Amino acid sequence: MQANKPVASTRTAELAMAGLFLAFGTLVMWDTRRLGVSWGDDGPQAGYFPFYIGLFIVVSSAFNIFRALNLGEKGRAAFVEWGQLRMVLLVMVPTVVYVALIANPWFSLGIYLASAIYIAFFMWYLGKYRWARIAPVSLGVVVFFFLMFEVWFKVPLPKGPIEAAIGFN
Amino acid sequence: MQEIQSLMGGFAVAMSWFNLALMLAGVTLGVLIGVLPGLGGANGVAILLPLTFSMSQQPGGATSAIILLSCIYWGALFGGAITSILFNIPGEPWSVATTFDGYPLAQQGRAGAALTAAFTSSFVGALVAVILITFISPIIARFALQFGPPEFFSVYLLTFSAFVGMSKGTPFKTITAMMTGFALAAVGIDTVTGQLRLTFGFADLLKGFDFLIAVIGLFGIGEILLTIEEGLEFKGAQAKLNMRVVLDTWKELPKYWKTSIRSSAVGCMMGIVPGGATPASFMSYGLAKKMSRDGEKFGTGIVEGVVAPETAAHAAGTSALLPMLTLGVPGSPTAAVLLGGLLIWGLQPGPLLFVEKPDFVWGLIASMYLGNIVGLIVVLTCVPLFAAILRVPFSIIAPVILVICAIGAYTVHNSMFDVWLMLVFGIAGYVFKKLDYPMAPLVLALVLGDRAEDSFRQTMLGPEGSLGLFFSNPLVGTITGASLLLLFWPLISSAIAVARGRNGNRRGG
Repeated sequence: MQANKPVASTRTAELAMAGLFLAFGTLVMWDTRRLGVSWGDDGPQAGYFPFYIGLFIVVSSAFNIFRALNLGEKGRAAFVEWGQLRMVLLVMVPTVVYVALIANPWFSLGIYLASAIYIAFFMWYLGKYRWARIAPVSLGVVVFFFLMFEVWFKVPLPKGPIEAAIGFN
Repeated sequence: MQEIQSLMGGFAVAMSWFNLALMLAGVTLGVLIGVLPGLGGANGVAILLPLTFSMSQQPGGATSAIILLSCIYWGALFGGAITSILFNIPGEPWSVATTFDGYPLAQQGRAGAALTAAFTSSFVGALVAVILITFISPIIARFALQFGPPEFFSVYLLTFSAFVGMSKGTPFKTITAMMTGFALAAVGIDTVTGQLRLTFGFADLLKGFDFLIAVIGLFGIGEILLTIEEGLEFKGAQAKLNMRVVLDTWKELPKYWKTSIRSSAVGCMMGIVPGGATPASFMSYGLAKKMSRDGEKFGTGIVEGVVAPETAAHAAGTSALLPMLTLGVPGSPTAAVLLGGLLIWGLQPGPLLFVEKPDFVWGLIASMYLGNIVGLIVVLTCVPLFAAILRVPFSIIAPVILVICAIGAYTVHNSMFDVWLMLVFGIAGYVFKKLDYPMAPLVLALVLGDRAEDSFRQTMLGPEGSLGLFFSNPLVGTITGASLLLLFWPLISSAIAVARGRNGNRRGG
């Protein structure tokens, strides 16, 4: 797979995005049915404002779709290339795993341990650092945040087994 | 001069050692935030906002808290110039115009001169705007005391119409983004009837969307993803800033007094209008290019080309706080975050603030003077330090920033759901940026949505309510009329262009 091959054209992306907005606007309008969109005894009902918001989203998205269909040459340009998407996913996927590790129903690591692992993984996989560099950076950053939030500012963050082991709740 | 007296009172509040230390810390943090990719004024302040919760509980603490946060903002404004000049990477959107002449100057080995010019003119722009705030805001606040719900709604309308009227690209994308912000603001329990809106049975949606999460995701994660797309390399010029260069540049700067005055005026005017800082910097650069004697040299690396956008951007960034303080209508995403801070600390932004909390208001205004002086000193002395931070490889900086964003999102409501939401907003921010959907209107609509709707419904209260109420007296009628004019400005201006084009053709043919 070539790195500079486009994944999708700008036109496709524009259409997809405008379509999503169109669906969102429709959803907003659909929900206001049950709230009442007209004028009650004491002014507009709860659904009045959202109804017109949804309507605006739908109408402006329709214009955006129309525009996207008439983009011409510009629409054929790449929205994102494979090489770029690869980089974005290389950041996004570990980040999703990181957030999942912080707290989940099965085995939560807490934000500090998860952050240390995340920074270490990032440096090892993308930065190709040696462990002698990785360990002090990832641990140092996490210890600094721990002191800053738990000790100095007293803002509690999600904690896991390590914090429990050293008796810090 | 009652303002001078109030201002002196403000200085007395702001001049404590604790507050001065906060200013120094805030400005330094702010420059750091402005320099780092993925952290900017808006999300930097958003992430640090939860740290001020406990601070604001102490007596006088709200003033200290706003001093800390507003100084972070000044710092971020200064910091944007560093990356623009040394790395050709605008740290903030309003620094884009600074790269035009700043980066060429750095390549010629005159980075020091460019930085000095940028910082000094930033300072001048901010100073002009602060003086404006000092003398104009009490008048506006006093005037706005008469405002009722219809006036406030028409001011909100003006704010949002300005976004549509001044949008660079297609107005439909601005409307889509803005209305999405309004829709997200409507999620949760309706304040008037207590009905659930747009929650679709999800308990997590009951409390609605917090705009701080949106800011951290859209501006923070989105920015990181855009940066990473281009790979991990960072290349930049060396930065040395010694006193000689600073003094030599200062000797040169008075020559550009005309540009300074013009750019400050453009900045102040545009800053009061929402989303003004970025267009102000471009407009001022364009004007300077047109009106300067060295016009044709713009873009090749001349000091005047740095002075113009930086002065305007700072003047605009600072005067964006004027409508926030006096009317409770923020002029920029960062001002919106500061406004959110006021609400969290239990202060009601708007005209009454000047009457009820003069200590707070004038303390803040005095701190704007002091904060910008502190900022100028910090950036002039610490440039090598900040440039060194930029040399830390991206594969170390990026995960640390993402961790900071995650912590920031969590601390807003102590909820993991918000962290997931931040990731979703991050992906949205990446796509928005790539497709030119503007994010500032979305954020502002999310902040103001509930209040705009409340003022609308309060106006309409009772059976005789009708849209005609927004034209019921000269004041509200003027504001509403101006909003409609701005709203349809894209249509009007293209109609004028078409009409002119026809005339031109006829004459030509």
